[in-house]
Amino acid sequence: MTGLILLLLYVALFVGAMLLVGLATRGRKRRDFTALKTVTFGDESAVRPNRAASVISVVVIFLLWGAFTGSSLVPVHVPGPFTGDTSFTYTARNAGGAEDEATVFLRVFPLGEQPPEIEAEPGEGFARNDAAMIAAYRSELVRADRNDEGEDVEVVAVEGQPIAPGVTVAFADGEVTMTPRGSLNVSPARGLQMEEIWLPSPESVVAALVDIATNGFQNVPLWEHLFYSLMRVLVGFAIGAAVGIPLGYAMGLNDWFRGWFDPIVEFMRPVPPLALIPLVIIWFGIWETGKIVLLFLAALWIMAIAARAGVSGVNITKVHAAYSLGASKAQILRHVIIPNSLPEIFTGARVAMGVCWGTVVAAELVAAQKGVGMMIIAASKFQSTDVVLMGIILIGIIGFGIDILMRKAENWLVPWKGRS
Amino acid sequence: MTGLTIDDVSMRFDLPSGSFVQALKNVSLDLRAGELMSVLGPSGCGKTTLLNIVAGFLAPTGGEVVLNGHRVTGPDAERGMVFQQGALFEWMSVRENVEFGPRMKGTPVAERRATADRLLQITGLGDFKDKAIYELSGGMQQRVALARCLANDPDVILMDEPLGALDALTREKMQGLVLKLWKETGKTIILITHSVEEALLLGERLLVMAPRPGRIHREYRLPFAEMGVNQDLREVKKHPDFGKRREEILSMIWEMEEEIMGRTESA
Ligand SMILES: Nc1ncnc2c1ncn2[C@@H]1O[C@H](COP(=O)(O)OP(=O)(O)OP(=O)(O)O)[C@@H](O)[C@H]1O
Ligand SMILES: [Mg+2]
Repeated sequence: MTGLILLLLYVALFVGAMLLVGLATRGRKRRDFTALKTVTFGDESAVRPNRAASVISVVVIFLLWGAFTGSSLVPVHVPGPFTGDTSFTYTARNAGGAEDEATVFLRVFPLGEQPPEIEAEPGEGFARNDAAMIAAYRSELVRADRNDEGEDVEVVAVEGQPIAPGVTVAFADGEVTMTPRGSLNVSPARGLQMEEIWLPSPESVVAALVDIATNGFQNVPLWEHLFYSLMRVLVGFAIGAAVGIPLGYAMGLNDWFRGWFDPIVEFMRPVPPLALIPLVIIWFGIWETGKIVLLFLAALWIMAIAARAGVSGVNITKVHAAYSLGASKAQILRHVIIPNSLPEIFTGARVAMGVCWGTVVAAELVAAQKGVGMMIIAASKFQSTDVVLMGIILIGIIGFGIDILMRKAENWLVPWKGRS
Repeated sequence: MTGLTIDDVSMRFDLPSGSFVQALKNVSLDLRAGELMSVLGPSGCGKTTLLNIVAGFLAPTGGEVVLNGHRVTGPDAERGMVFQQGALFEWMSVRENVEFGPRMKGTPVAERRATADRLLQITGLGDFKDKAIYELSGGMQQRVALARCLANDPDVILMDEPLGALDALTREKMQGLVLKLWKETGKTIILITHSVEEALLLGERLLVMAPRPGRIHREYRLPFAEMGVNQDLREVKKHPDFGKRREEILSMIWEMEEEIMGRTESA
C-alpha cells in the first residue's frame, strides 16, 4: 500500500517537475550548435542531461525520504502513526443473554518512550472498562472480557459492529481483530510513514555518520574501515593489473601463450568473483591474504582480456608504417602496440575497479574485522538500519568517486580515445 | 647498381577452401633511381599486393625484388610507405610523428627536430607542429604522413592511393606538393592511384595492370610530370596530348572492367 502510494507520488513529481521546468524555461532557447539542428530526436549527440532534472531528481529523493520517515528536515510529511490517547467500545454478552457495553482506553506512545500508565474507571454494568498501553507501530492483545463480571461472558461487538474470531472492525484510530480464542488484537493506525528500523530518517543517517566518524564503529575509526576496503581494492587491482596486462600482451603477441591461456581465461571470465569466495576462504583463510587473492582474481581476467583486445585491435597499417620507418620489434612494442592498447586497457581498468569494489564489500560481508562491508553487516545484526544505510551511501559515493577519477585519468592519458 | 628491380615476381594466395588466387603473375620491372612511376588498374588486379611485396610486408611466391643490388627480405627504412589513411600514431603530436623514423635510428634530438621542422615547413604544417593528429583535417594528415616518410630519408617511396580519401581541391594541391618534393629530393617513387588524371600527372612512367592473374598490361612514358614541376597542374591538363592519353587509358580500363564483369556473370 505504502509502496504503491510512493510510486504514484514519484511519478507525479517526475511529470509535474518536467511540466513546470518546461513551462519556466519556455522561450529561453539554447544558442549553441544543437539549437541549429532540425533533427534531434534519435540523434544521441543532441541529448544532453537536463541539469535541472538531475538536481530536482536528487531533491525529490530526499523529500520523499524525509516525508515518509517524519524527518524534521522536510516541511511536509505523509500521515505518521497514531499516538496519544484513544478508545473504542465493545459489547459483551453473559450466559443469561444480557448485553452490556464498556470502553477500552488506549494510550499509544512513540516507541522508546515511557509514558505514565493509563487508568480506567470500572464503569457501570457487568462489562467493565479496560485500559492498554501500546507502542506506535505495535499491536496489543486485550482480553476485554477478563475483568467482566459473571460466567461465560463473551465479546460480541466492537464499536457497535458484530465481531467474531477472525473478523476485523475499525475504530476511530485503528482496528481491532478478534483472535480465535476471543481476545481483541488492537492495532492503532500505522499511517504511511516508515518505522525507524525499516527506513531511518535522513537525520538519523547523518547522526550515525557523525557518531561513527567521531567515535568509530566497534572501536575502529570510520576512516580505518574505509581505508581497509580501499586498500584491499587497490592492492588486489594493482597485482591483478601487473600480472594481467603482461599476460594479455603475451597472448596478443605469441601463439603459444595465446593457445595455452585461452582456455583458462575464457573459462575464468564468466565465473563471478563472488562464487570464488568460499574456495578462497578455504585456501587462504578469511584474513587479508584471502581478500587480496579474491580481488586479484577479479581483476586478473578482466585486465588480461583488455590487454589482449588492445593488442589485437592495433591497425596493421600502423605496424607496417613503423616497420617501414625502421623500427625494431622492441620499438614497435614500446611505441606502437603499447600506446595503441591504452584505451582498451583503461576501459578494462574501469570495469575491473568497479568489479573489485563490489567484490570487496561482498567479501567483507562474509568475513572481516575492518571494512565498510563488515560495518554494514555488523550493524544489520544489531538492527542499526541507520548505520547500514550510511554504509551503503558511503559505498556508492566511493565507487562513484573511483570511476570519476579513472575517467579523469583516461582523458588525461589517452586523449585520442575514440577519435582516430 | 642503383635502382629497383622487380624480377619475375608472382604471388599466389592459397585460400582455406583449397582454391587459390593468382594475385600476380610474372611481373618484371626496372626503376632507375629518381624515377616517378604511377600504377593504374582495375580493382583487384594486384596493385596493393605488388607494393606490399616491394615494401617487404609480403614474401612473393616466385621471383624477387632487388634494391640497389641487394635482395628485399623484409621491411626496411630504405623503403618508405605512405598509406591511404590510418597509419599515423594518434598518441604522438604532429612533430613526434614526423620525428619517429630518425628517433628509432637514434638520431640526436637537435638534428631530428631540425629535420622535422624543415619538412613541416615545406608541407605547410609549420603552425600545427604541436597539434594532435585527430585535430587535423584529412588533407593535413596526409601531409604529415608524407613528411614522416621523407624525414626518414628513404631511397624509395611507395604510395598506395595516398590521396584517395581527399576532396578534389585538396587533392590537386597535394599532387603539386608530391611533384615538388619528387623534384627536390630526387626520390624513386611508386604511386598507386585509381584516378587516371592523377596517374597521368604524377608519372614519368605509367604502368597499367590487368587482373586475373595480375600482370602488367601496358607501360607508358609521359612528359606531364616534368611539365607539372614548373607549371600549374591545370595548365598541364589543358595540353592536347593529356586529353588524348586520358581517353585512351580510360577506354582501356573500361574494356578490362567490362571483361571482368562479363566473366563473373557467365561464371
Ligand atoms: N591476404 C590475401 N588473401 C587472399 N587473397 C588476397 C589477399 N590479399 C589480396 N588477395 C587477392 O589478391 C587480388 C589482388 O588484391 P590487391 O589488394 O592487390 O588488389 P588491388 O589492385 O590493390 O585492388 P584495389 O584497387 O581494389 O585496392 C585480389 O583478388 C584479392 O582478393
Ligand atoms: Mg589496393
